[in-house]
Amino acid sequence: MGNMNTLLQLLQSSIAFGTIIMFGAVGEIITEKAGNLNLGIPGVMYLGAISSLVGVFFYEKNVADPNPFVCAVIAILCAFLAAALGGLLFSFLTITLRANQNVTGLTLTIFGSGVANFFGGLLNGFSGGVGQIRVETTSKVFMAKIPFLSDLGVVGKLLFSYGWLVYVAIIIAILSQWFLNKTRSGLNLRAVGENPATADAAGINVTLYRYLATCIGTGIAGLGGLYYVMDYTKGTWANDGTMENLGWLAVALVIFAIWRPKNAIWGAYLFGLLFWAYLYIPGLTRKSLELFNMLPYVVTIIVLVFTSFRKKRENQPPNALGLAYFREER
Amino acid sequence: MAKVATHKREPLVRIAKRDSMPLWQSVLIRVLSIVLALVVCGVIIYMLIKVNPLEVYKSMVEGAFGAFREDYKFFNRRTWITIRDTMMLLCIAVGLAPAFKMRFWNIGAEGQILVGGIATAACMIYLKTLPPVLLFVCMIVASLLAGALWSLLPAIFKAKWNTNETLFTLMMNYVAIQLTSFFVALWENPFGSNTVGIINPQGKEGWFPPVFGLDYMMNVIVVMIITIGMFIYLKYSKQGYEISVVGDSENTARYAGINVKKVIIRTMLISGAICGLSGFVAVSGASHTISVNTAGGKGFTAIIVAWLAKFNTFTMILISLLLVFLDKGAIEIASKYDLNDYVASMITGIILFFILGSEFFVNYRMIFRSKEKGVQ
Repeated sequence: MGNMNTLLQLLQSSIAFGTIIMFGAVGEIITEKAGNLNLGIPGVMYLGAISSLVGVFFYEKNVADPNPFVCAVIAILCAFLAAALGGLLFSFLTITLRANQNVTGLTLTIFGSGVANFFGGLLNGFSGGVGQIRVETTSKVFMAKIPFLSDLGVVGKLLFSYGWLVYVAIIIAILSQWFLNKTRSGLNLRAVGENPATADAAGINVTLYRYLATCIGTGIAGLGGLYYVMDYTKGTWANDGTMENLGWLAVALVIFAIWRPKNAIWGAYLFGLLFWAYLYIPGLTRKSLELFNMLPYVVTIIVLVFTSFRKKRENQPPNALGLAYFREER
Repeated sequence: MAKVATHKREPLVRIAKRDSMPLWQSVLIRVLSIVLALVVCGVIIYMLIKVNPLEVYKSMVEGAFGAFREDYKFFNRRTWITIRDTMMLLCIAVGLAPAFKMRFWNIGAEGQILVGGIATAACMIYLKTLPPVLLFVCMIVASLLAGALWSLLPAIFKAKWNTNETLFTLMMNYVAIQLTSFFVALWENPFGSNTVGIINPQGKEGWFPPVFGLDYMMNVIVVMIITIGMFIYLKYSKQGYEISVVGDSENTARYAGINVKKVIIRTMLISGAICGLSGFVAVSGASHTISVNTAGGKGFTAIIVAWLAKFNTFTMILISLLLVFLDKGAIEIASKYDLNDYVASMITGIILFFILGSEFFVNYRMIFRSKEKGVQ
């Protein structure tokens, strides 16, 4: 029974961890499928996290009896909109002003981490006392578990003992998979990412698709930041740079999932497993632990190499990934 | 030509590439963008702390170049630290220049710096009994090799199978960070501190020696040699020419008989080696220790420096100085007005957004509909 519990705990923490990067990865897949390589994912996850925290902090502070439902709505809206605004800035610079995508993305990451940690530090200062902000009402809403089902023994604990954003992440991933592969707009979006010139000739509005894909994609990634602050760290903030590493892990997951949202679901949990497994592997010293933590990245590199190696057409990165498209410069 | 019935109205603005722009104009646009960015930052800072922005900018200058007292000397300790950090950033950017000129997105500088730093620290720890000259040769060679090795892998796969180098080098950074954590645990001193501590604090084996009594003069000398060398290499050597041809069009290069694979691998080896060497400068010439913060995001910032400078290594000096100045200045504001250090990243981000945006106005011109007449 002891072993069973340990395994259960490991799986639970993997799923919680995986959810954060699943949001980031699914958002980035949508963006990359339209041909925009947005390396600002860590930055927009930061923006989503801090905005939701600031939003509900002021609501909870100024209202005598905060309504849980309103709390959740404010948090979600703030996270999605702030991250999407980051995406809009990225799109404006790279699509309209034709700045380089890699450089703009990295700048967005620097900016986002600066804004989030700066205001996070201020908030922790405001809250006085322990020096750590806590938005209890809201985080309770996000951590609410499904009654009855989550008590149903091991299976119930494994499947139903999480805050509801865990299921939202899966739903968004499945919807994105369906959207990209089964709808006309999804097909257009992929065409824009594969060959924008051809898509343009076919009458698809390349600029519009790229703007929308990037803004919606970053908005979804911002929800990863929301889940992180509200559920994973229980409505608190710490300036420890964890989110930046999570953001890069999300970028890695995009490759691991070979640009398919449905693969990102199990890939995210696998990354979570690799991240937490060290706690449960006996005999790991601190040194070997650090080497062990390389695994997600090494595995990603291997996947990247193999996909380029095998040259299966459906497994390749979008053909125009990272390339700007200007009709005049064909 | 027959008129097309469904002729759409001409759009309000058309965008066309500029052929060229006088130097003074392009400089003016960039300076204006920085001024505009500083105004925006000033407004934000004013809203946060209600202090006159000019006062704030004065503190920024003081943060980077020392407090203006009566006995002010320009070359004070703060100025030297600004110079030291500028040289570090410059060294990485110079390392990235050949790869970027070849349109090979080496995002892996962060990792290449770290492995170069690990190699340097290893020499300082295990070979400190060697005579100083020999020790320095070992450190330089080890850091060059480590950086080159770290970039070799993505280069080979790019050359042979066209593996996406942006994503590959990005992943290599995190492998390097974990590797650094491993060595920090291995060399931990004192035990339990989770840091390596200052290496060789007594004998200063493997530390950059002071030149003319100045602690960081050696950093300037080493980095300036690399900067000038790289400028000449890119501009006047045959290999530098091959790099720019491959960067412009791989097909043209192949047609002209250039061995593209060889150029890719060779250039990435050089790029990685110099980034590794900047790890040597960071460890031996500045911090005298190694940690996961040895690179501290400079590998990413340097990408922006190299890109904005259009691969011109001398322009990189100015941009590096600007970014280090902003960083030091913002940290000074943070400590003076009781904010936190992250205000530096926020300000840097805003200014970089403006500079990136301004490039558009340097490279393109907008043609408004009303002005349009005659041909085209």
